[in-house]
Amino acid sequence: MKIKTIFRVAAKSIMKSRMRSLLTALGIIIGVSAVVVMVAVGDGAQLKVENQIASLGSNLIIITPGTSSAGGIRGGAGSFNKFTLEDAEKIKAEATLIKGVSPLVRSGGQVIGGSGNWFTQIQGVTEDYLDIRSWGLESGDFFTEKDIKTRAKVCVLGSEVVKNLFPNEDPVGKQIRIKNVPFKVIGVLKSKGQTSVGTSNDDIVLAPSKTVLDRLSGGRFISSIQVSAVSTEKSAAAQAELKAIMREAHNLSRGEEDDFTIKDQTDLAETATETSRVLTYLLASVAGVSLIVGGIGIMNIMLVSVTERTREIGIRLSVGARASDILIQFLTEAIVLSFSGGIIGILLSFIVAFILNNYTDQTAYIRPEIVMLAFGFAGGIGVFFGFYPARKAARLNPIDALRYE
Amino acid sequence: MNNVLIKTVNITKTYKVGEIDVPALKPVNLSIEKGEFVAIMGASGSGKSTLMNVLGCLDMPTSGEYILDGTGTGKMSKNEYAAIRNKKIGFVFQGFNLLPRTTAIENVELPLMYDRLGKANNVRKQAEAALIKVGLEGRMTHIPSQLSGGQQQRVAIARALVNQPPLILADEPTGNLDSRTSVEVFLLFQKLNEEGITIVMVTHEREFAAFAKRIVEMRDGRVIKDTVIKNRLNAEEELKKISYETSIS
Ligand SMILES: Nc1ncnc2c1ncn2[C@@H]1O[C@H](COP(=O)(O)OP(=O)(O)OP(=O)(O)O)[C@@H](O)[C@H]1O
Ligand SMILES: [Mg+2]
Repeated sequence: MKIKTIFRVAAKSIMKSRMRSLLTALGIIIGVSAVVVMVAVGDGAQLKVENQIASLGSNLIIITPGTSSAGGIRGGAGSFNKFTLEDAEKIKAEATLIKGVSPLVRSGGQVIGGSGNWFTQIQGVTEDYLDIRSWGLESGDFFTEKDIKTRAKVCVLGSEVVKNLFPNEDPVGKQIRIKNVPFKVIGVLKSKGQTSVGTSNDDIVLAPSKTVLDRLSGGRFISSIQVSAVSTEKSAAAQAELKAIMREAHNLSRGEEDDFTIKDQTDLAETATETSRVLTYLLASVAGVSLIVGGIGIMNIMLVSVTERTREIGIRLSVGARASDILIQFLTEAIVLSFSGGIIGILLSFIVAFILNNYTDQTAYIRPEIVMLAFGFAGGIGVFFGFYPARKAARLNPIDALRYE
Repeated sequence: MNNVLIKTVNITKTYKVGEIDVPALKPVNLSIEKGEFVAIMGASGSGKSTLMNVLGCLDMPTSGEYILDGTGTGKMSKNEYAAIRNKKIGFVFQGFNLLPRTTAIENVELPLMYDRLGKANNVRKQAEAALIKVGLEGRMTHIPSQLSGGQQQRVAIARALVNQPPLILADEPTGNLDSRTSVEVFLLFQKLNEEGITIVMVTHEREFAAFAKRIVEMRDGRVIKDTVIKNRLNAEEELKKISYETSIS
């Protein structure tokens, strides 16, 4: 038969049993689009987390009190909040592989100024902090080493705080009160957007570490020490150096465990991507199930129609069709159905991804290999189950195919 | 000159149902010449359909040799069988066996589509001619479910003759039709026979068998009687005798 005839016969046959064709194609459409969309959503989430981690700062190393050894919290009472400003100063004096170091003193409190008051997070840091976090200023200045030494009552506001306290004016130069202590606003931070847990990075006030420690948090312990290594390659060496310095600072003898934890960006990234990876796997397995269900649907429809189709094959054989004519016809039919179903499924998933990306918070990132995988799998099922029963029937004697029930 | 179209030499057919052998043909020897019109008769289960299926190359005999138009079919390949079904034989079934949801004309085109030698160009024309021949020029685009039983059988006959085979085999072609419609079908067969096509048909009714030229009677898988019909009926005259209630569609 001519190729044109083959396609015409296949197309006619598809149109003649519209319901069967539609259901078969639907199985493939749903299978393909479910897999592509779900995996795309998972990948999108992962991508988002990776971007956020990259925005944390280059070569960032964070030292926190306590151990991170397996089995949870160890070290007993007193091993927490053992960090002091001296630790950070010792690092600054002794470490050679670092670009900058800043203690981080956390405090929270009511901020009054401008048009009202606002509860926010106050962080006491040093002049290196902006570099360490790859952060920048929108306007004004950051505090200097001198401000820290003199315990100057100056601060820099995050954009979220500005939005709430000074919606219509420039806060630089204005006076605010943090926990009733007057501070002068000297700068505004660039907006950094959301954190990986969904809170704002910009709902923050930065002030000199010593000022915060003396005036606001009322103690001598700091929350963590933030360091940036000279380069990503030197990060491991810098961490080793930091470890030695910290052990010395805390007078730890040889057998004693570290009472602090050093984490770099990769560690942070791993924890965060781990979470989103679990999500990806979860979505992928749901998608896999829908692909299998779609596949079973296709099998079902194909097998149910076997009796009718076997009789059709018997009729064709009895008027002189060769087994190969039958095979070509059914294969063409199955390919046309599966491919159109697959293509519609892919289009559908692109539409869904577009909607997710543009009208929701979700990010969908479609990977070509997933498209190929879903297409190949669903198409393979469609072709196999369209073709396999036909192959069996085409080998029968015409009379047996006609009698089949 | 060899005028024999069908010759069976000791053909047998034994169906296997599980462990049990069911002998349906116990040597059948039959010879049919070109231009004959043979009616095969016999009780139910006597092997008529089995014989027809073997003659129509729809099934293979268990043993023996079937010679069609001077060629032995025993050593033929499946594709050669397909070509014979396509070119040499038109088979008419009791149950019509038309493709459902497919128009009359497309059903009739089917054998032409699988004809590897024929000129596939005027497929539509040939199919139309065949349908006109069976008197269905007004029903070409109807699908089987929109046609009466007699009309469906005429579509099946058009399909059988569209490739101009020398032989038409019909297994109880009127088994599902009323007597008036049956006579119309026999009229068609008589016409085709006059044009030189050899016809072998199975029928249960002795009165219908009288439209043929020769009766072969079977019992228990054997031919028991083979007679030439003396008072042959003419379908056209019989049709006139039947009182008209509806006109021929
Ligand atoms: N596919 C089959 N499998 C097993 N046995 C069969 C098969 N077809 C026919 N038979 C048996 O072979 C014998 C002959 O059957 P066949 O159909 O040839 O009879 P028939 O003369 O056409 O009968 P009827 O007039 O009822 O159509 C019967 O005994 C029947 O039971
Ligand atoms: Mg029978």
